[in-house]
Amino acid sequence: MTNSTIINSTIHIFLALIMPPLLLGVIGKTKAAFAGRVGAPFLQPYYDILRLLHKGTVFSTTTSWVFRAGPIVALATTAVASLLIPFGAHPSPISFDGDMILYAYLFALGRFFTMAAALDTGSSFEGMGSAREATYSCLAEPTLFFALITLSRLSGSYSLTGMLSNVSSGAWLYAGASLLLLIGGMFIVLLVENCRIPFDDPNTHLELTMIHEVMVLDHSGPAFAIIQYAASLKLFVLGAFFVQLALPFATGSPFPDWGIFIVSMLLLAVIIGVVESVMARLRLVRVPQLLVAATILAAFSTLLVIR
Amino acid sequence: MAQDLLVPGNLILFATILAAVSGVPLLFPCFFSVSRAQLLSIFLMLSASFAGLSGSIVTLFSGRSASYELLWTLPFGQAEFGIDALTAWFLLPIFLIPGCASLYARSYWNADQHLANISKMTFFFGLMTASMSGVVLARDGISFLFVWEIMALSAYFLVSTEDEKSEVSEAGTLYMITTHTGTLGLFALFPLLNLLSGSWLFPASASLSASSWLSTAIFLLALFAFGMKAGIMPLHIWLPSAHANAPSHVSAAMSGVILKVGIYGLIRILSFFHGVPLWWGCCVLVLGVVSGVVGVSFAIGQHDLKRLLAYHSIENIGIIFMGTGVALIGQKVGSPAMMLLGMSGALLHVLNHALFKALLFLGAGSVIHTTGTREIDLMGGVARRLPYTALLFGVGSVAICGLPPLNGFVSELLIFLGLFQGIQGEGGAAVVVTLATPALALLGGLAVACFVKVYGIVFLGVPRSEAHSARHEAGWAMLLPMSILGMLCIVIGLAPGVLISPLQRVTLAILPPLVGVEGHSLPALVPTTMITLAGVFLLTLILLITFWYRRRLLDSVCSQTVTWGCGYQRPAPRMQYSASSFAEMLITLLSFVLKPHSHLSGKIAGIFPGRTRFSSHVPEAVLELVYIPLLKLLYQRFSGIRRLQSGILQQYVLYTLITLVVLLVGSFI
Repeated sequence: MTNSTIINSTIHIFLALIMPPLLLGVIGKTKAAFAGRVGAPFLQPYYDILRLLHKGTVFSTTTSWVFRAGPIVALATTAVASLLIPFGAHPSPISFDGDMILYAYLFALGRFFTMAAALDTGSSFEGMGSAREATYSCLAEPTLFFALITLSRLSGSYSLTGMLSNVSSGAWLYAGASLLLLIGGMFIVLLVENCRIPFDDPNTHLELTMIHEVMVLDHSGPAFAIIQYAASLKLFVLGAFFVQLALPFATGSPFPDWGIFIVSMLLLAVIIGVVESVMARLRLVRVPQLLVAATILAAFSTLLVIR
Repeated sequence: MAQDLLVPGNLILFATILAAVSGVPLLFPCFFSVSRAQLLSIFLMLSASFAGLSGSIVTLFSGRSASYELLWTLPFGQAEFGIDALTAWFLLPIFLIPGCASLYARSYWNADQHLANISKMTFFFGLMTASMSGVVLARDGISFLFVWEIMALSAYFLVSTEDEKSEVSEAGTLYMITTHTGTLGLFALFPLLNLLSGSWLFPASASLSASSWLSTAIFLLALFAFGMKAGIMPLHIWLPSAHANAPSHVSAAMSGVILKVGIYGLIRILSFFHGVPLWWGCCVLVLGVVSGVVGVSFAIGQHDLKRLLAYHSIENIGIIFMGTGVALIGQKVGSPAMMLLGMSGALLHVLNHALFKALLFLGAGSVIHTTGTREIDLMGGVARRLPYTALLFGVGSVAICGLPPLNGFVSELLIFLGLFQGIQGEGGAAVVVTLATPALALLGGLAVACFVKVYGIVFLGVPRSEAHSARHEAGWAMLLPMSILGMLCIVIGLAPGVLISPLQRVTLAILPPLVGVEGHSLPALVPTTMITLAGVFLLTLILLITFWYRRRLLDSVCSQTVTWGCGYQRPAPRMQYSASSFAEMLITLLSFVLKPHSHLSGKIAGIFPGRTRFSSHVPEAVLELVYIPLLKLLYQRFSGIRRLQSGILQQYVLYTLITLVVLLVGSFI
C-alpha cells in the first residue's frame, strides 16, 4: 500500500464521516431560496444530530431488541457500503470482484432491519410505511442492476471502482446515449431510495402519506440521531454513484480531484433541492409507475450496449 | 482391518442402512415403551447422520471415490452404487437435515402424544433418508428407479401422517399423482439413455454427444421428471400443500432435501453430455427466472406460514436452476469462468437452502406448536415468549433473503458473478444472461419484503389474538437442531473459503471440459477473503455502535410509554398492521400473475354504511387456472378409456400378464 493510497483512503473516510449532513443543509437552503425565505443555516443538520444525541429516549412498551437494532444495522451497513464506492476519480478503499453485489445487498440488509423495527412498534402507521418501503425498493432494485450491467459491459470490470472509473468524457463520446438513459433511471432511484420528493416528503406532517419518516416515528434521542445521520450517509453514498456517472470530470492529480468531487456533490444537493422546490409529491399509486419507467430506461441503456 | 472398514464409502453405506432401520424399534411396541423406542430410533438416526456426514466430508476433501457392485439376477445386469464428489456433496444435506429433524421430533412429535401415527412416521422418515442416500449413490438406471420409488412412496406416507384430516389426505393424493407423473418420465428416460449409451450403467461424465434427437429427448424428460420433483414452476403444484400439511420437521426434510434430490438428478443427467446446445442452457435459466420471480410473488400473498415457506422453496429452486443454466450457457460459449461460477453457485445454494429452509421450517414448527395456528395474521409478539426461536428464525430469514453476512449471500454472489461474466459475451447468450441478472435482483428484493412481513408480523409487536398468543419457549431438543443449522449458516457466510476447494472438486468432476483449462480456478474467481473481511468488519461495526449506544442510553434518561398513535393513547393489538395489509401493494402490482381472490359481503354505501366483511387470498393460480381445467377437459375426452380402470386388483394383474405375453411374442417376431 503506497502513501498516496493511505492518504486517499483517509480523505475518503473523513469525507464519508463529515460531509453527509451538509448535503441536507444545502438541500434545505436551496428550497428556502426558492420559497423566498432565508432558511436554516447550512450546518443545521449537524446541530440537529448533536442535539438529539444529548436527549433522553422514550421506548414503546411493545418493542423488543429488534427495534433497538434497526438504526444500528442501518448505520453499519451504510458505513460499509460507503467504503465500497469510489468518490470521484479516486478508487474506493475496499474494492474486489463482485463488490457491487455487496453494495446493493448491504442496503437491503439495512432496510430489512429498519422495516422490522417499524413493525416491532405494532403501529399501523409504521407498518404502512414499511410496506411502502418494501414495495418501492423491490421496484428500484432492477434499475440499479441494469445500471451495473451497463457499466460492467462498458468497462469489462466486476468492481464498482473499475466500472465507475471507466466512465469519463471519453466514455460519454461512444456510449453517450446509453449513459444518458442510465442517468435518468439512476436519478429516480436516488430520489426514491433516499425518500425525497416526488416519492416521499421528508418534511411532511401527515403520517398517512409518509414512507421513511413514518417508519421511524417511534425512535427518539440518540437512536434518532443515528437514523438521521445514516439517512444522510445513504444520500451521500448513492449520490457519489450518481455524480460519477453524470459528472465524470477528472484532472488526474489527486487534490484537485477531491475538490471536483466535493463541488459535484454540493451541486447534486442543489439539483435535488431544485427538484423538491418545483415538484409536488406524487400520489402513491403513481409511484410504482414511475419506478417501472425508470427500470425501462435503464433496460434500454443496457440493450444499447449489448445489442 | 479396522482401517479398511472405516473408508468413507463403507461409512456412507453403513449410515444408509442405519437410517433405513432407524424406525424399526417403534414397530415392536412389545419390547420397548413407545417413548424409549423413539429415543432409540433418534439415536440410530443421529449415528447414521454422524457416520454419513463424516464419510462424505472425507470424500469431498480427499477426492477419493469408491464404487460397489451388487450382483443380482434381474435381467438388467448388475446394480452399481458409487460415491464421487457430486454424490458426497448432496449427501451433506441428506444426512444433516434428517438428523436434525429427528432430534427435533422428540419434542415436536413426542411419542406419547402421537401414539396413532408415531411408528408410521418414524419408520418412513428413516426409510426416506436411506432412499435419498440411495438415489445419489445409484449408478445404473434400474437401481436408481428402485430407490427413487421408495423415496417417493415413503415421502407420501410422511406427507399423509395425519391422514384423518381431509386436507392432509388431499395434499397427499396430489403429491402422489404428481410424483408418479414424474416417475413416468423417468421410466421413459432411462431406456432412452440405455439406447444412447448402450448400457444401463450411467455413462462417464461428458461422454455423450448432446447433438442427437435422443439426447434432446433425454434432456426434456429429465427437465420434466426432475423438475417435477424439485418443484420448478409450472410443475410445482404439489409442493405448497404437501409442505404445508406435513409435520414441520418432515417439511424441513422435504423442502431441504427431497427437492435437492430432483436437482441432483438433473445435474447428474446433464453431466453425461458434452457440447450442449445454447437452448438447453437458456431453457434452464429461463425456467429458473420464472420459478424464482413467480415463486416469491406467490409467497408474498400467503397467509399460511408453512405455505409461504413452501413457495420460497420454489423461489430458491429457481435460483439453483439459474446457476445451472449459467454453467450450461458457459459450456456453449466457451467461458470456463461462467461454468465454474454458475455451477458452484448452484451447488452451494443447494446446501445453503437446505440449511436455512430446514431452520425456517423447524422454527415455524415451534411457532405453530405454541400458537396452535398456521395463520400469520392471528400471531404476533411471539418473540417475547420464544426469544431464542425468534433469534434463530431471524438468522434464517436474513440468510434466505441472500443478505450479507450469511450463507445465502455467498451462493447468490457466485451466481451473480457468473451472470456478470456472461454479460461480457456476444449474441443471444449475452442478452438472455443480461435479462436474467435484474430478475435475480428483483427476486432478492421481493424475498426481503416477504421475510420482513413474516418476521415482523409473527414475531414482533404484540399477540393479535388471546387464543393464539405464544405460551412457552421450545424445549432444548427443538432448539439444539435449530442452533446447529443457524451456526452453519453463519459459518458459511463468514468463511466461505473452507468450501471452495470441495466445490471446485465437484464442479470439475461434473464438467470435465474444465480440466486442464489454465488460469481459471474457483479460488481465483471468488473473493472469499474479502467476503470474510467485509462480514467481520460489518459485525464489528454493529457491535461497536451497539456498545456506544448502550453507554449513551445509560447516561441519558430513558422512559417507556405506549407506541405513538398520532395522539391516540390506547392502542389495541387489533390495530397492528396485518400481513395481508403489508402485502397488499405488492399483490395489487403483481395481480396479473397472482389472480388474487377477494370477497366483499354487503355494500359500502351511504354516510353510515352497515357491517361488512372483506376477505382476500392468493390461490394456487397455476393449479386452479391451468391444470384443473385441462384435466377436466381430458377427463371428458377420454372417458372411454376409463373403462379399463375397474379398481379390481385381479384385473390389473391380468393386464400385466397380457402385456408380458405381448412383449414376449413381440420379441420373437
